[in-house]
Amino acid sequence: MSLYQDVTRKPWNTVGLPDGIDPKPTFNVSNEKLALVVFVIVASVLFSLLCVSYFIRMWFGGGDWLPIALPSMLWVNTGALVAASVAMQVAVVSSRKQGHGDKSKSPWFLVGGVLTLGFIIGQFTVWQQLTSQGYILQSNPANSFFYVLTGVHILHLVGGLWVWSRALLRQVRKDASHDISKSIELCAWYWHFLLIVWFALFYLVATN
Amino acid sequence: MAIAVVLVLLVVGSIIFHLVSPWWFTDIASHWANIDFTVNLTFWVTGFVFIAVNLFLAYSVYRYRQSKDTPDNKAVYEPENARLETGLTILTALGVAAMLAPGLFVWAQFVTVPEDATEFEAFGSQWQWAFRYPGDDGVMGTADISHISETNPWGINPADPAGQDDLVVKAPYMALPVDQPVKALLRSRDVLHNYTVPQFRAKMDMVPGMVSYMWIEPTRTGVFDVLCEQYCGLGHHIMRAQIEVMEPADYEQWLDQQMTFAETQSLPEGSVSAGRQAYATCASCHGQNGEGNQAMNAPKLAGLQDWYIARQLRYYSEGVRGANPDDSAGQMMAPMAAMVNSEEARLNVAAYIESLPDEPAPATVEGDAERGMRIYSANCAACHGAEAQGSWSTDAPALAGMSDWYLARQLNNYRDGIRGGEDGDHYGYQMTSMVKAMRTEAQQNDVIAYINTLR
Amino acid sequence: MAYVPLADQDDAHALHDPDSFITKYVWSQDHKVIAIQYGGIAIFVGLIALGLSILMRLQLGFPDTISWIDPAFYYQAVTMHGMIMVVYLLTALFLGGFGNYLIPLMCGTRDMVFPFLNMLSVWVYLLSVLILLASFFVPGGPTGAGWTLYAPQSITPGTPGSGYGILLMLVSLGVFIIAFTMGGLNYVTTILQARTRGLTLMRLPLSIWGIFTATVLGLFAFPALLVSAIMLTFDLMLGTSFFVPSMIHMGETLEHDGGSPILFQHLFWFFGHPEVYIVALPAFGLVSDVLSTHARKNIFGYRMMVWAIIAIGGLSFLVWAHHMYVSGMNPYFGFFFATTTLIIAVPTALKVYNWVLTLWQGNIRLNTPMLFAIGFIFTFVHGGLTGLFLGNVIIDVPLADTYFVVAHFHMVMGVSPVLVLYAALYHWYPKMTGKMFNETLGKIHFWCTFLGTYAIYLPMHYLGFLGVPRRYYEMGNTDFIPASAQALNANITIAAIFVAIAQLLFFINIFWSLKSGKPSGGNPWGATTLEWQTPDTPPKHGNWGEELPAVYRWAYDYSVPGAEKDFIPQNEPGEEYEKTFHHKGGES
Repeated sequence: MSLYQDVTRKPWNTVGLPDGIDPKPTFNVSNEKLALVVFVIVASVLFSLLCVSYFIRMWFGGGDWLPIALPSMLWVNTGALVAASVAMQVAVVSSRKQGHGDKSKSPWFLVGGVLTLGFIIGQFTVWQQLTSQGYILQSNPANSFFYVLTGVHILHLVGGLWVWSRALLRQVRKDASHDISKSIELCAWYWHFLLIVWFALFYLVATN
Repeated sequence: MAIAVVLVLLVVGSIIFHLVSPWWFTDIASHWANIDFTVNLTFWVTGFVFIAVNLFLAYSVYRYRQSKDTPDNKAVYEPENARLETGLTILTALGVAAMLAPGLFVWAQFVTVPEDATEFEAFGSQWQWAFRYPGDDGVMGTADISHISETNPWGINPADPAGQDDLVVKAPYMALPVDQPVKALLRSRDVLHNYTVPQFRAKMDMVPGMVSYMWIEPTRTGVFDVLCEQYCGLGHHIMRAQIEVMEPADYEQWLDQQMTFAETQSLPEGSVSAGRQAYATCASCHGQNGEGNQAMNAPKLAGLQDWYIARQLRYYSEGVRGANPDDSAGQMMAPMAAMVNSEEARLNVAAYIESLPDEPAPATVEGDAERGMRIYSANCAACHGAEAQGSWSTDAPALAGMSDWYLARQLNNYRDGIRGGEDGDHYGYQMTSMVKAMRTEAQQNDVIAYINTLR
Repeated sequence: MAYVPLADQDDAHALHDPDSFITKYVWSQDHKVIAIQYGGIAIFVGLIALGLSILMRLQLGFPDTISWIDPAFYYQAVTMHGMIMVVYLLTALFLGGFGNYLIPLMCGTRDMVFPFLNMLSVWVYLLSVLILLASFFVPGGPTGAGWTLYAPQSITPGTPGSGYGILLMLVSLGVFIIAFTMGGLNYVTTILQARTRGLTLMRLPLSIWGIFTATVLGLFAFPALLVSAIMLTFDLMLGTSFFVPSMIHMGETLEHDGGSPILFQHLFWFFGHPEVYIVALPAFGLVSDVLSTHARKNIFGYRMMVWAIIAIGGLSFLVWAHHMYVSGMNPYFGFFFATTTLIIAVPTALKVYNWVLTLWQGNIRLNTPMLFAIGFIFTFVHGGLTGLFLGNVIIDVPLADTYFVVAHFHMVMGVSPVLVLYAALYHWYPKMTGKMFNETLGKIHFWCTFLGTYAIYLPMHYLGFLGVPRRYYEMGNTDFIPASAQALNANITIAAIFVAIAQLLFFINIFWSLKSGKPSGGNPWGATTLEWQTPDTPPKHGNWGEELPAVYRWAYDYSVPGAEKDFIPQNEPGEEYEKTFHHKGGES
């Protein structure tokens, strides 16, 4: 029975097992993937509200908004994050090729995480550059938002890296009890999401 | 069974309570009778629903309850009834529309200020009021937080010609003419505040960094309370002003008595040398250096801010202080204060006292300073400062290093209604409430002992 | 993912049965233990908030009785009472407590889909509570900013606890949101993906619909609180100016400039209004099931009830600024938000009608849970109707920030959900413990709570009409407040103390019954839903014994014509009973 059929019918009119003997999840994905999708939506709400606050503060604040001069380093960082996302995707493809039984030894998963670490270090460097140029956190709201937006984004990446490191550990240990290809796929999804978020944030701070 | 009866009784009881309750809107004093109308309309609609739904509920419970008499009762199987549900939806929507439409209509009036409305400004701060009127040119000068100082508490831009003739009030007292629409411009110096006169029905928050507004047309003369109704910190409940609605002629006269901004900025500074001469009389009790003399019931004066001394001298000479028969020391002071009965003379004395060397008075009150610190820093420091240094911005005098026996006596006076209750005492009434932070003598001594450590 | 055969599904759920006390009751991954942990913490912290409210009432009713209730403490009590009750008690108890207990049982699963995350959730929740309570012991005490934490007042001197107190509050909220998100992902995924065979969405009990929708609301709304908490913490600790404009304190200009206090309010209420429904929707769901079970009648208009829950949930994101009509925001917003607010009254009213119509032609069993449920209908009607005053922008103008608001939201968000909590606690107590509570004591508890709270809040509305402002340490001397208002305040305080003491009856009852109550059996109420059909009572770890249940029918087959008993459990295959409609005297 489709979702639409389910929610439109009169439930008291039927008795029995409409979908047969097997339980049927509402969405045809794994629990972990659904949870990730829900989390991605929640995180999107978080970032959207930050962006809305950004605009409201810029348009309706005290007129003290001074655009930030973005260091070119940010482009390098962006490249690293794009590469990380690509590496994650390659890891997914290669783990799929290797199949279920054969434990994935794709190095791309490792590369993706390391590139992400590089991105985070790069972002810290950008913070240092900005601070040394006098664009400190408190000096005006554009700066404050830059630090908060990038900081919250980094926190999300750090959360992702925590999951990544656990999966990596299992990969190294050749832990057979867990399907690592699932973790790799979820990581890849999450990385793509955070890459899109980064594009949005970068565009936001670069154009305003 | 009991529940059905009780539900009916509660419905009946609520209606009776509503009808006999002496607690209801204050008599309206503005043209916002429309607001009262929408409230009453809503009462009729919601009252009908309240009665109907609950009586039906009570009847259902009564009629369909299980009981020993009817063991074979069986519920009816009825999953839904589309017609009934649709009908109820439409009925409810109509009821809601009947309340919403007039409400929005009146709101449209509320947000549309008539063109002939004059303006006034209310300026809130923790926990004081100040007011401003546009003056002869009918235009209010620009203002900003950055211009605020002890002599310019309104933050009026001194360079703006439009602001020079603005009439300013640095007291929690304002006036409006009756039967004329006025637009209130609302500003705040620090946190959120709110301008409410219950009799006007209107209210609006005052937000730092922006100017909010509302408009009213007072319809009857009298004196009403202005309350802050947006929580603004510790002194929220004592942030109060009064508004007097006057006949237009009286109002013009009242305006004439107010100073323009330019006048307030060109007031002469108190003269120390002139003050020294006048102080000779004071010295006999308060001491050559204003160090005070407990035997003469004369507190230490050195170290008090000039604006505070000038204000208290004015209160004494105007009978706001020292008139209460229970305040024997104050009664002694009143005739002395009458000797400096001009604002200039008072400022001179105050200037001289401010120039005196400030040696801390000896400590005479004993208490647990540790416990006193908790009470002081939680309740007193917000106005008097963490170091008990006082501040013009909260109209709070210095306490540190002053005569502690005098502090104790004044706290008792505030508590006993001897001080702070008179109409003209614009700031003392705040202490009549805050003194409740020290309900026992031990607590009061603890606080004073702590203040003694701040010298 | 293709269909997972039942056997595999069970395998994936291979339960690691706990063998030590620690793993069984402390680091437990069993949803039922976690539910009770959530509930226990929430009720504990709720009792603290109840105590604070009594201290507040003493100050208002009998101003000179307790020497240490100074203005600072009063405002701190107001703040902590509000925040604890709304977030740490009601949100946690409905979703963390009842959500955890009922979702797997009502959905016919062995546990939540992520039991480890679930365990983490309750311990992070405990951490947030401890951080919150720690603020009572730091210099300056807890924050006294009011539960709305409006900037800039909440983080500037002049408000009690504007240093450590507010910082701990913000950190605690952040930690709470993390805990809630972990729990919420679990609830949503479990309800969507793990329902047992045959349990289609429209066969779910309304409890699950309420909890599900509230969880989704929470997942979307709490980020707004998190964003405002992060930015407020920056303003507080690092001197940024997101919310704090240029302002003067003690004659000095603070190092902030240009921040927008109104932005904070928008963010706060974008969380704060859905929060009302995060509390209300589970209550709606639970009370529906209690009413239906004890009326021996199907819930009337099930489909309408489901859609009303979803509609209310959706609309709740479009009404937030009705808390800000007099905030100084653009006044033209008032037209929009008054309209959306009054629209939300329509689905809400429908739910009330359907509850009452469920009783109509029922076979009502007036026991303790049912009394609480009926009491809820009454208080919710009252609170809902007063909401129509405040939602209608122009009427809000005289009533905003007065005791009318306090009375309204306590009626609708305090008394009503608490009555449902009691209804639900009594209703599911036999399932949780296997024991029956004492009915007489339960009824006395109901009467004291129901009548006592009405005695508190009905008169309080009239203080609001009079114009008495809320959040006042004392009313002071004003011309428009007569002395009789103080007498009324004293009476309200007496009623409040009476209600607070009466809550002891509940605790006596549940603890006494735990030891000495009569065994209840697995399904004492003759209820249809799955949780009453477990092989063991209380259910063991894994809930269902050998095999998961199969669901053959919707959740409300009470008094089906032709059926032998007046209820048919959801997992009973049986014959296809002929179902007939009875209304307007005819059959169709």
